[in-house]
Amino acid sequence: MSIEVIKAGLSTSIQDTGRSGNYHLGIPPSGGMDQRALRAANLLLGNAEDAAVLECALMGPVLRFTRELKVAACGAEMTPRINGVPQPINQVLHVPAGAVLSFEFVKAGARLYLAIEGGIDVPVCLGSRSTYALGSLGGLEGRPLKVGDVLETLSVMGAALVGRSMPRSLMPTFGTHYELRVIPGIYDHRLTDEARERFYQEHWSVASEADRIGYRFKGGTPLDFVTRKPPFGAGDDPSNIVDACYPIGSIQVPSGSEPIILHRDAVSGGGYAMIGTIISSDMDLVGQIQPHQTVQFVPVTLEMALAARQVYQADLEQLRRMP
Amino acid sequence: MSEHIITPARYSIAGDEFLFVEISEEMSLEAFFRSISITQRLEVESLDGVQEICAANASYQVRFDPDVLSVDVLIARLKALDIEVIQQSVRRLETRVIDVPVLYNDPWTHETLMRFRDRHQDPEGTDLEYAAHINGFNSVEDFIEAHSASPWFVSMVGFVAGLPFMYQMVPRERQIQVPKYLRPRTDTPKQTVGYGGCFSCIYSVRGAGGYQMFGVTPMPIYDPAQTQQHIDDTMIFFRPGDIVRYRPVERAEYDQLVVLAEEGRYRPRVAAFTFDLDAFNRDPDRYAQEVKEVFSEH
Repeated sequence: MSIEVIKAGLSTSIQDTGRSGNYHLGIPPSGGMDQRALRAANLLLGNAEDAAVLECALMGPVLRFTRELKVAACGAEMTPRINGVPQPINQVLHVPAGAVLSFEFVKAGARLYLAIEGGIDVPVCLGSRSTYALGSLGGLEGRPLKVGDVLETLSVMGAALVGRSMPRSLMPTFGTHYELRVIPGIYDHRLTDEARERFYQEHWSVASEADRIGYRFKGGTPLDFVTRKPPFGAGDDPSNIVDACYPIGSIQVPSGSEPIILHRDAVSGGGYAMIGTIISSDMDLVGQIQPHQTVQFVPVTLEMALAARQVYQADLEQLRRMP
Repeated sequence: MSEHIITPARYSIAGDEFLFVEISEEMSLEAFFRSISITQRLEVESLDGVQEICAANASYQVRFDPDVLSVDVLIARLKALDIEVIQQSVRRLETRVIDVPVLYNDPWTHETLMRFRDRHQDPEGTDLEYAAHINGFNSVEDFIEAHSASPWFVSMVGFVAGLPFMYQMVPRERQIQVPKYLRPRTDTPKQTVGYGGCFSCIYSVRGAGGYQMFGVTPMPIYDPAQTQQHIDDTMIFFRPGDIVRYRPVERAEYDQLVVLAEEGRYRPRVAAFTFDLDAFNRDPDRYAQEVKEVFSEH
């Protein structure tokens, strides 16, 4: 026995870098919403970069360690406490046998990634240990953690040094307003010119329905679609299309009212027109936005997205080489 | 249907990792066959950098690694495949016919649809009454008859794990169309038989949904616990190209089948079948009859 769950937190689930190859059957990638933070926590500890960790949203769990283990927490600013004593994030911590690890309320960001030396041991399901709760798949019984769960770890991979910390230059900073870069397209020709222009000008705030499946936004002006005769099979709302695949990161606007960004537990397809897609290097950020915080969508070209992708990858390389 | 007009596919980049390809704005089996033929060929080619290929009703998408494969190269390849597919016109599919029992007008979807009446076009009626009315049927019974009398073609699997989207094999003028809910529900019973646009679906898991709800099937179609013998280790029962026969059942049979499913002893009736698009186009009604009779021959 390694770790007992005393309190589960708001939504804590086991995640790794996700599974691929099943989206055509409706099974999404899952995996940590902030992949950079997930990888950073593992790298700090000397775990395999893609080891399974705990993704803790807004309010963290309370865990009792039945044996001593090293851990590292990266991502949202949720101060860990060992037996009540505050500890730094982005640093390797030693948790003694019998100690209780808890978290303060989130100060910035939305999701903290707690890596445990060795990585969490749950069965690999379709190539990944990630939890896909909507499909009751992966993780621990296909669901978020609950009180009374017991977590085991795999054998230790590397020898992490207690106190090893991430260089300040690599630590992320979180705000209350974000710019998310979007490649417009897919069905954005169906919007009126005014609606399209306004969509990118206004500030949209994150609604309470913001989870691993998708982030819903409100507060902007409802979008108007170009009037037309609905194509056969689409349904008659102007935002309807003949049901198609949804790219991860795509933005759909049911009935034109509230845009939704699909994330790593996305529904794989459906009948709402998508008007663009968040670029891959900004997807981690989406998972760190809290309800009520605001975003502005910024249209970019593919060239700009590929340049941002290079920057993202260079940043990961730096994490891999951190001292 | 040689008069069928072939329109060029529309390619749209979606972020830096996805390519979205619309074969046709409207649904047709022609568009489905073109989409699945291209995606099957792309699968066989196993092009470096192609990560996931998802076929849909009248479109498809490809996830790719832009560090390995440029989207321009991918689009050029897909355009070439599209031309090959159109010229060779392979229009036969080795597939299966599957018997799906349905308890229409069941108590569980009824309870759910009443809870979400404020999100519906017709708050005074039920989803079945609304669908029957706007499609010109005199009664819910007549509507159920039309819904179950002709077979359905699985033209996409997705939304949530293993959910089949199905297109009814009748001439277009007889196809049922209904709008989706004004705002999606946050709840749908597991194995609900739903309807949106021209598609019937079976919700594989409990969760959000925007389709009208007509009934439930006792047949498990998604199996994360891997206890159902008719579902392989992909955990998903349906595949694009499958043909479904809805069979209305009474509550007593439904209850019996649910018990079988719970015990892992459910065995759906399945028969091998070769679907031929041209034969179907020539006489959809005769073709539907053939599908119907596939079980009586066994």
